[in-house]
Amino acid sequence: MTTPVLPQDAETPPAAPAGPGATRAVLDHAKNYWAEVRSGEVGALPAVAGIIALCVFFGLSKPVFLSVGNLANLFGQGAAVACIAMGLVFVLILGEIDLSAGFASGVCASVMAVILTDWGLHWSLAIGAALATGVVIGLVLGTLVVKLGIPSFVVTLAAFLAFQGIVLMILDEGSNISINDETVKTIAGGNLERWQGWVLCALTIAAFGAIQVQRWRRRVARSLVHEPIAVVLARIGALGALLAAGVFLLNLERSANPQIISLTGVPVVVAIIGGLFAVWTFVLHRTRFGRHLYAVGGNPEAAVRAGVNVDRVRIAAFVICSGMAAVGGVVAASRAASVDPNTGGSNVLLLSVGAAVIGGASLFGGKGTVRAALLGGAVVAIINNGMGLMGLSAGVRFGVTGAVLLLAAGVDAMSRGRGKLFGRH
Amino acid sequence: MLLELTGISKRFGPVEVLSDVDLAIDAGEVCALVGDNGAGKSTLVKCVAGIHSVDGGEVRVDGEVRAISSPRDAAGLGIEVVYQDLALCDNLDVVENLFLGREKRRGILLDDDAMEQLAAETLSSLAVRTIRNLRQPVASLSGGQRQTVAIAKAVLWNSRLVILDEPTAALGVAQTRQVLELIRRLADQGLAVLYISHNLNDVFAVADRIAALYLGRMAAVLDAADTTQSQVVELITSGRSGQLGLTDQNGVRP
Repeated sequence: MTTPVLPQDAETPPAAPAGPGATRAVLDHAKNYWAEVRSGEVGALPAVAGIIALCVFFGLSKPVFLSVGNLANLFGQGAAVACIAMGLVFVLILGEIDLSAGFASGVCASVMAVILTDWGLHWSLAIGAALATGVVIGLVLGTLVVKLGIPSFVVTLAAFLAFQGIVLMILDEGSNISINDETVKTIAGGNLERWQGWVLCALTIAAFGAIQVQRWRRRVARSLVHEPIAVVLARIGALGALLAAGVFLLNLERSANPQIISLTGVPVVVAIIGGLFAVWTFVLHRTRFGRHLYAVGGNPEAAVRAGVNVDRVRIAAFVICSGMAAVGGVVAASRAASVDPNTGGSNVLLLSVGAAVIGGASLFGGKGTVRAALLGGAVVAIINNGMGLMGLSAGVRFGVTGAVLLLAAGVDAMSRGRGKLFGRH
Repeated sequence: MLLELTGISKRFGPVEVLSDVDLAIDAGEVCALVGDNGAGKSTLVKCVAGIHSVDGGEVRVDGEVRAISSPRDAAGLGIEVVYQDLALCDNLDVVENLFLGREKRRGILLDDDAMEQLAAETLSSLAVRTIRNLRQPVASLSGGQRQTVAIAKAVLWNSRLVILDEPTAALGVAQTRQVLELIRRLADQGLAVLYISHNLNDVFAVADRIAALYLGRMAAVLDAADTTQSQVVELITSGRSGQLGLTDQNGVRP
């Protein structure tokens, strides 16, 4: 969790050193990071390596994979799963599981569709109701798990079945409700103007840079152990370059027929996911709730003795998970411009759990970040997208995704084992 | 006296676990609590820590009678317990563990830097040099280092009486010595320490006074300097040793 080193350092070459002392500091820093990786703190490394490897592989076998159009497409395809995975991380940190997150998103999407299309009410009411439904679902699941002590596996498995039925009931035994509201369709289908993309990019870099530099200065002022400034600047530079490159690419024309319809700009859904990512990362690492969440996941007994309100923390995690499932449901409905009994069904849940675990969240609890959910979500989306482009059958795609999930869980289990081997209790 | 127990008794159903136990601990001293399994050491500690309520007798803190009915009450009186199973979160780092449940904040933000600084100051005031990186997860620490963190966690809150339940039970020789030195330093800084142990070598290395429980009764409270190990062993195993120890109902030492 809060390690002094963030994994992007591994990919960034150190910035130009200011002198021999600075070079050594940067080298020491790199050495410390490597030591951490070797001791089993692999963090986001496997997911990043996986993304790069997959991009190279699919790029070589299907050049269209690396086209700008497909890049934008990837965000749309992965968005719903990424949202659900971000919520699942909170439950996974506790060492619990929410198997109902997929169909919870379906229920919420159905609620939105009915209010929007059948009742003809305003989109804000519809989305509000969908999110509220998610929160209520989370409250119920969390209370059942925490207050009655039913294992979360069983509670959410029951909910998985029940929600499937509720979706059918809301949708009148399986009819398809189309969504015609332009605002809702923009969520997953719209693009920002070119200038909006650049403004957003600049604001993000400025905010990230300010936070990083301020933190560094505070630590120097208190004469605490701090990273070399070169590493801090390199990290800001790396993020800036990555974001700028992304905005530049997405601002290119990606329509097949630009005369008929022009397609440019950063997809709206990217901005939404970016915002959610920032909010939840903040909650996990900078608030007391986040700290207590990790504590409960690591050792509930210790958390109780330290005076943490364990029940409240656990219920809150389920609320966040189902709430984010609702967001995922809204995104999925917006992308499909319709809701049917399969929304949030089939493999959505498994892909979401897979995304979180591939990114580095642990099924054993105590470990996981929002970033993990996004990186893992990217891996899952790339696999599906790439294999689709290669024309592989759905069967093969399921098989490969399953194998990748198993691999990630294996890495998770092994990194725990490795930690045990090297002097841990 | 910082803590004075008089006539403490505790029963679980028909079983009398503690009967008429007296014990007093003053600031600046290490009092060892010894006794065989089932003698009532843990129950006595839990009564002081507010986990069990007492059925009879008085607990005085600074001469005033206090009712300690929850761990929160105990903490409020400056009594902290370091349990045998440590109660640390493996996935959190040293600073996060030290401040768990009592995090420092600026607004709604955690003030991690202030906590790290305070943690560093506390550890250096205890002359702890074994933990270099305060930001490493506790999972990567050795048993002795973990025990040090657990003890530091108890000391961090202006506590006045620290109760240690078998802190060296699972440690190697060098690590045991480190922890014993730390215990001695706590007392030298003016804290009262109640130290529970099975290991008499450790007890004699660090304790000022030794209290021996035998089947729920206080067999004797002795100055460590005037006592031999064999006397303590006899007190633990039979409740008496020569002129010391328990008497039968008629006040006769058989």
